[in-house]
Amino acid sequence: MTRPLRQAVGAHYGWKDWLVQRVTATVMAVYTVLVLGIVLWNGGIDHALWKALFAHGAWKLATFVFMLALCWHAWIGVRDIWMDYVKPVGVRLALEVVTVLALAAYVGWTVQILWGGR
Amino acid sequence: MSALDRPEVRPRPVYLDLVRIRLPLPGIVSILHRVSGAVLFLCGIPLLLLAVQSSLGTPEQFASLKAAFSHPLAKLVTIGFVWAYLHHFCAGIRYLLIDLHVGDDLLPARRSSAMVLAVSLALTLVAGVRLW
Repeated sequence: MTRPLRQAVGAHYGWKDWLVQRVTATVMAVYTVLVLGIVLWNGGIDHALWKALFAHGAWKLATFVFMLALCWHAWIGVRDIWMDYVKPVGVRLALEVVTVLALAAYVGWTVQILWGGR
Repeated sequence: MSALDRPEVRPRPVYLDLVRIRLPLPGIVSILHRVSGAVLFLCGIPLLLLAVQSSLGTPEQFASLKAAFSHPLAKLVTIGFVWAYLHHFCAGIRYLLIDLHVGDDLLPARRSSAMVLAVSLALTLVAGVRLW
């Protein structure tokens, strides 16, 4: 039985994804605890406080980095799901492309929210 | 040995009768980690962005978002997402610890998987009570 050793839609044969999954998870965990801490510290949050928080340049950046970490993390996780359950190469490629496009759109949307101005 | 003459892979036994499979607790945590991750990717992220977007709009938009969240169905859905996030979070912390060889023996791993289920459900309950 001969098998192609490397598939275009296969795993990426290394520990990079494994490490990225853990680093991005840690980044998101820190941001989550920060948000929770800010909300609890203020005993809930109203519109003025919420807007003031998101007016901070540093918070915009932190939120953007969180979103990048989330999307990178989601890419690895969702790709793993496709690799486990979807065997036909063409279908898998299509699903992976749709996943990447969705994640790119999520990041773009985040930029619009953070720096779009209104 | 070059990569090209790897030994032939023998077919592995596959047992996928989902109704009869008895998953151990860590297995349940694992599949729920995957399911919650998929749900968060498909619906959680867009809904979160939508909510943050309108919450940062005018005070009227903020108020109408709050009003939308007061609908019982919206509360139920929110609690569902809160659970998905919390479970994914807690299970993820458990995997990070296991990577660091904290609790990677059979018994501690079983115990920590029960803890993940319990803690994420308890926190969901707390959030749910506050939301309601």
